Amino acid sequence: MPDNAASEARPAPTMTNGGAAETKRQRVRMLISALGMLPVLLILSLGFHFLSDGRFFTGQNLGIVLQQAAVNTVLAAGMTFVILTGGIDLSVGSILAASAMAGLTMSKLPELGALWLPAAVLTGLGFGIVNGALIALLRLPPFIVTLGSLTAVRGLARLLGADTTVFNPSIPYAFIGNGSLTLVPGVASIPWLSVIALLVILVSWLVLRRTVLGVHIYAVGGNESAARLAGIKVWAVVIFVYGVSGLLAGLGGAMQAARLYAANGLQLGQSYELDAITAVILGGTSFVGGIGSIWGTLIGALIIAALSNGLILVGVSDIWQYVIKGLVIIGAVALDRYRLQGSART
Amino acid sequence: MNDPILEMRGVSKSFFGIKALRAVDLTVYAGEIHALMGENGAGKSTLMKILSGAYRPDPGGEIRIEGKPARIEGPLGGRAAGISIIYQELSLAPNLSVAENIYLGREISRSGLLARGTMREGVGPILERLGADFLPSTLVAHLSMGQRQLVEIARALHARSKILIMDEPTTALSAGESERLFALIRQLRAEGLAIIYISHRMDEVYALGDRVTVLRDGRLVGSLDKQDIRADAIVRMMVGRDVSSFYKKDHDPEAGKGHPVLTAIDMADGQRVKGCSLRVHAGEVVGLAGLIGAGRTELAHLIIGAAPKISGRLELEGQPIDIRTPGEALEAGIAYLTEDRKALGLFLDMSCLDNINLAVLGRDATLRWFLDRDKARERADRAFTGLSIRAANVGVPAGGLSGGNQQKVLLSRLLAIAPKVLILDEPTRGVDVGAKSEIYSIIDNLAKAGTAILVISSDLPEIIGICDRVLVMRAGQIAGEVTRGPNSPLTQEDIMALATGTEHIDA
Repeated sequence: MPDNAASEARPAPTMTNGGAAETKRQRVRMLISALGMLPVLLILSLGFHFLSDGRFFTGQNLGIVLQQAAVNTVLAAGMTFVILTGGIDLSVGSILAASAMAGLTMSKLPELGALWLPAAVLTGLGFGIVNGALIALLRLPPFIVTLGSLTAVRGLARLLGADTTVFNPSIPYAFIGNGSLTLVPGVASIPWLSVIALLVILVSWLVLRRTVLGVHIYAVGGNESAARLAGIKVWAVVIFVYGVSGLLAGLGGAMQAARLYAANGLQLGQSYELDAITAVILGGTSFVGGIGSIWGTLIGALIIAALSNGLILVGVSDIWQYVIKGLVIIGAVALDRYRLQGSART
Repeated sequence: MNDPILEMRGVSKSFFGIKALRAVDLTVYAGEIHALMGENGAGKSTLMKILSGAYRPDPGGEIRIEGKPARIEGPLGGRAAGISIIYQELSLAPNLSVAENIYLGREISRSGLLARGTMREGVGPILERLGADFLPSTLVAHLSMGQRQLVEIARALHARSKILIMDEPTTALSAGESERLFALIRQLRAEGLAIIYISHRMDEVYALGDRVTVLRDGRLVGSLDKQDIRADAIVRMMVGRDVSSFYKKDHDPEAGKGHPVLTAIDMADGQRVKGCSLRVHAGEVVGLAGLIGAGRTELAHLIIGAAPKISGRLELEGQPIDIRTPGEALEAGIAYLTEDRKALGLFLDMSCLDNINLAVLGRDATLRWFLDRDKARERADRAFTGLSIRAANVGVPAGGLSGGNQQKVLLSRLLAIAPKVLILDEPTRGVDVGAKSEIYSIIDNLAKAGTAILVISSDLPEIIGICDRVLVMRAGQIAGEVTRGPNSPLTQEDIMALATGTEHIDA
């Protein structure tokens, strides 16, 4: 198909020989788009710091923010994989609950208690693969499949504990929920939940940017038909991304279980999928797929956590927190659109 | 001649300090077909967008319509000034009826309700005048591409436009539909409309153009009157140098005789392809000609496993081979260049580097999974030099490149697997003249290196220029073969006769 007008009208930096200046400008542009929402996060944090008379940037408070961001970061990492392929996973909150229930139930078995952690993660993986298989093999729309499993898996989560709260005060590996990794004894430590979240981000980055599979994920999201013609096994990529999303939801469930020593199939993880999707969108990942980065997602998750924490520090009432959070999300994405428009095409 | 209907004097447009148009003059008279030519990036689209009101020109230039200075502003400014544009990608709403599309934005309503009946009656006479064979109430989704173009033209006439700009209107049309469109354009000229006709295709410009204006790098190169329109003159103006051997064909078609690489036998999909057999030898360039809809692309899709076949088998270098997916085809060494590079070929948001390496990522990977970035970088750099792809660097998104460079990026992806068989579907569609010539020489070099090449093309001069022999498809079957003899060159007439079935050649 002939070139469309937009690209023809574009000034052609490609043809000029003044390459040095062009690449420099391009680098600045790439830096801006890589930084993405980082300035928003910093401005928000500084704002809260001053409004709360310097209570935001304290070691203790930052630890709390990181810990609050941890589970959502893990879910949002999985969601990033899914949204990069142009899909959506609405079922992560329910899968988190079911996995936590499965894990806690397992932890109470005398012989196998120590295996509760893999049990939770594998439960999540299983649900994720079922989602992926339905989408890839039966060609059902992701929104509908995961909307269905949002409800169905929630039911299974309740079933797992006979619709009660399951407690286990002596759950193994409880330290991952409440302990901290000491960096400098007595000075700096970081919650294990945050360590796990950062590891998840790092591994996600490795998969997305340094493996063949990662390129294939971007390719499927960018142009599914072209990916198929280019010999990519689209079905395998789709099952993989929903598998990852499920697996990380399972990990999130384990993190919650270890933190609370308990899980309730009805209440745990309610509407977590919305926070995860919000983090991905705030991170600049395109909703149609093919464009985005895992670092953006991390910043998105931190913005959400900083916002919750900061509004409490400043003393905003619970009701207004909702309103302000919603508006900040819309405003941040609008800002992002504006910024991209200015730098990209005419 | 009468007074010009449109005069542009010294019109410039810059984006971020880079000049896309430099002081361009254009004069168009009523009742003429004015062809506008130039490579991609020459400024044709920018000029058009200024006339439509999508862009505002830099201060200093002047646009006069019927002698009066005109200010064209906003998306509806062009139409208000009597200018209508028909874009390559038609801008119709497929879910609405013909009448609703024609009235789009200027609907007639009666106390807030759409007056569908009045609108249908209003467009009736115009459709009749255009010889349309569909009703105002038909949904646009049910129309063919040619019919949709009629709707666009009807919309322009309905808005009482005096200047009609058509941007590569035949790209998506079959030969028959194109002929009908040409007749209609001539009729509109006779009715006194001024038509600005943008095309890359020389034969169309010959057939239609009363005058040709050529742009290059945003500058006006010059205009030719009807009697001076010649291909070599236009190409020289467009490229700025002589394109001595436009079609390059130095390879020896006999080199691989007796060494068939790809043999397809009795391929059928139960719909568009009805039992086709063909054979391509090493180092041979075979053309696959035929009208649009004859089943050429569908046959290619069957060969590479992109569509399910109901019968047929393949042999690769004499060995039977079973191919069920495009991935298996690539693994076997059969590469296919799609005719629709934006929808089915490139990943526009991905870098050229990733686009080029996509098919060999797994082969190059360390430990089967991890990208070998040095190797990828080297391959992309080699492709950029080897195919002279012009872009700032290999990291820029493929979507920002011109059509010709995009095509070369896509071609590089296929060449990365060092294919034994290369199937090229409309390899130079939407590609400017300079890049076309480069692509022909790439094809020639591949043939020299022993690749078996099958070229699907609707551009007959191209098929004749680069192919050793031509298979012609008609209605899902191979209707015949046109070969080149020592004293008998390939001719367009022979190919068209087979393609349309107007003449029977003994098998």
